Amino acid sequence: MKKVYAEVLDEMDLREKAICVPPAGCAVLAYDYIDIDMVEAPHGRGAAVATGIKRVRPENLVFSYQGDGDLAAIGTAETLHAANRGEQITIFFVNNAVYGMTGGQMAPTSLLGQKTTTSPAGRDPGREGYPIKVCEVLAQLGAPAYLERVAVNKPAAIRNTKKAIAKAFQYQLRKTGFSLVEILSPCPTNWKLNSVESCAWIDDVMSKVFPLGVIKETTC
Amino acid sequence: MKGHIHIDQELCKGCSLCIEFCPRGSIVIAKKLNIKGYYPADFVDKKECTGCATCAVMCPEAAIEVYRDEKADERK
Amino acid sequence: MKRLMSGNNAIGEAAVLAGCTCYFGYPITPQNELPEYMAKRLAAVPDGVFIQAESELAAINMVLGASVAGARAMTSSSSPGISLKQEGISFLAAQELPAVIVNMMRGGPGLGNISPAQSDYFQATRGGGHGDYKIIVLAPASVQELADTTALAFDLADMFRTPVMILGDGMLGQMMEPVTFPAKKKERHLAHADYVLTGAKGRPARLVKSLILDPKEAEDHNWKLYRKYQRIEQQEVRYETFMLDDAAMAVLAYGTAARIARGAIKRLREEGLKIGLIRPLTLWPFPNKIIQDTAKHLHDFFVFEMSTGQMVEDVKLALEGKARVHFYGRPGGVVPTPVELSRIISRHYYQSQKRKK
Repeated sequence: MKKVYAEVLDEMDLREKAICVPPAGCAVLAYDYIDIDMVEAPHGRGAAVATGIKRVRPENLVFSYQGDGDLAAIGTAETLHAANRGEQITIFFVNNAVYGMTGGQMAPTSLLGQKTTTSPAGRDPGREGYPIKVCEVLAQLGAPAYLERVAVNKPAAIRNTKKAIAKAFQYQLRKTGFSLVEILSPCPTNWKLNSVESCAWIDDVMSKVFPLGVIKETTC
Repeated sequence: MKGHIHIDQELCKGCSLCIEFCPRGSIVIAKKLNIKGYYPADFVDKKECTGCATCAVMCPEAAIEVYRDEKADERK
Repeated sequence: MKRLMSGNNAIGEAAVLAGCTCYFGYPITPQNELPEYMAKRLAAVPDGVFIQAESELAAINMVLGASVAGARAMTSSSSPGISLKQEGISFLAAQELPAVIVNMMRGGPGLGNISPAQSDYFQATRGGGHGDYKIIVLAPASVQELADTTALAFDLADMFRTPVMILGDGMLGQMMEPVTFPAKKKERHLAHADYVLTGAKGRPARLVKSLILDPKEAEDHNWKLYRKYQRIEQQEVRYETFMLDDAAMAVLAYGTAARIARGAIKRLREEGLKIGLIRPLTLWPFPNKIIQDTAKHLHDFFVFEMSTGQMVEDVKLALEGKARVHFYGRPGGVVPTPVELSRIISRHYYQSQKRKK
């Protein structure tokens, strides 16, 4: 997914304007690969840090890149309120249904019955509630301008992800409001599947719970 | 349209997504380990490749470069 | 030109005149007047940014973003809210970003109440967050000093690229006193702006981070911060003394407690008791030297705090047993009067005199 947004930055000639807030998660090491200005945020606080940056530098392209634990567990309030204020930022929300970096614990987006190191008997709604559909939740808010859920599990999906990223950046550049792209992303290591099976699992199981497509879109 | 690819085998972690999605089956897992101890992907079937870049699109490590041969077009 | 203002408002005005353009706050008594003031004031400031964040925690992270983007940024809260900011403050210290945090302390712990107290001294001076770091802690004792230390805080934050805390309390924030401000708005002079993120145009990309996976590199970073703190300890200690030269007992108190102590001392001086005051303005770096020097000509120190006793430990550390340390504290938001305090001090004073004969 980092490769994809890096390609979009180049194609839209935005590298020199971009400021990224990486998460406290696997993707934090993005700055070893991508040549743009970055600042780390404490776990879950990407949306708040990005808010601070964007308010000071409205001409820069400011986006945060966060996992499901980072955004939908500890960072729920910061995400919901940045969206509700209509901050002119973009958030890339990587949904792989587990806490990856820390070894595969249950995430707010873990599916019902999904076995993780902290839901060993499988996620039980009576105990651990239901997977949180972030795009749909944020779509209830008035301010967000563009919310789309995409995936990176096959060529067509990746190409579509690229379009969604470019579109989100467009919304930000045109100052038409808050944009968030949720990306269903495989995590073979913690799903205990190989990479090909993981891609299939997204199509066969995950996207049934997290349907792909534009969830909210105002005129851009 | 003819093409070929270059795989940086030291960046490859052997996830085999390129192999899975290559429409021509031109890529296989190499027999030799790379420095990190993975069996990397290996571009073997040179004839079939059309330079469609599906492998590069799928590769999470950006380890694949795709070339499309102009010469091949002229010969046709 | 003197203006009658509350302490909270004076901080806001001083901050804007010091070049602060970004304020992120959250409602909590007894400091609400500051966010309210900034909401109006920053609207009239070019590039001014005011956000009432969804939590004090979000606010400190907005400060982090605004600071790394190159703005003078501030947040304020009171005790429980400051607890929520501790992780963010640790990140600001680790990533060496300038920021000003205002804590108008109130009775604690837990929900506590809204009356003034000084129970967050340890949290402020020992670091309420994780890791080896320090923050400069300023303890003003009047509305004028609140205004002056606000400007000082921004300069120190820039000079050392570190978070600076102004430690006031509910009384200082709410009371009104005449205050004068600098005539002209100060231009910010940022010596090393090479950390500011502006987009990697015409220069390599910049990275501001505190994740250092290699322990040896992390150790080096810690010692770098340590050297910075040593320099601050050598250069930035500030305190005030009152009637100390011929004193036989030195009272130590800061902020509102120091004002009460001053009143008590004046009364006791009229009764012929030789008592003086040392009032730290910087709680960190703590004024060890003046305490050690004072111990050369007197043997009794009397620490008064609106808490169960926290600064008293720093006084003992400074003295290393070379003098007797008396303590009187009132936690939970109780504010004793100068008369009450004078009676307590005089009892300790006479006991210590007897002991000498």
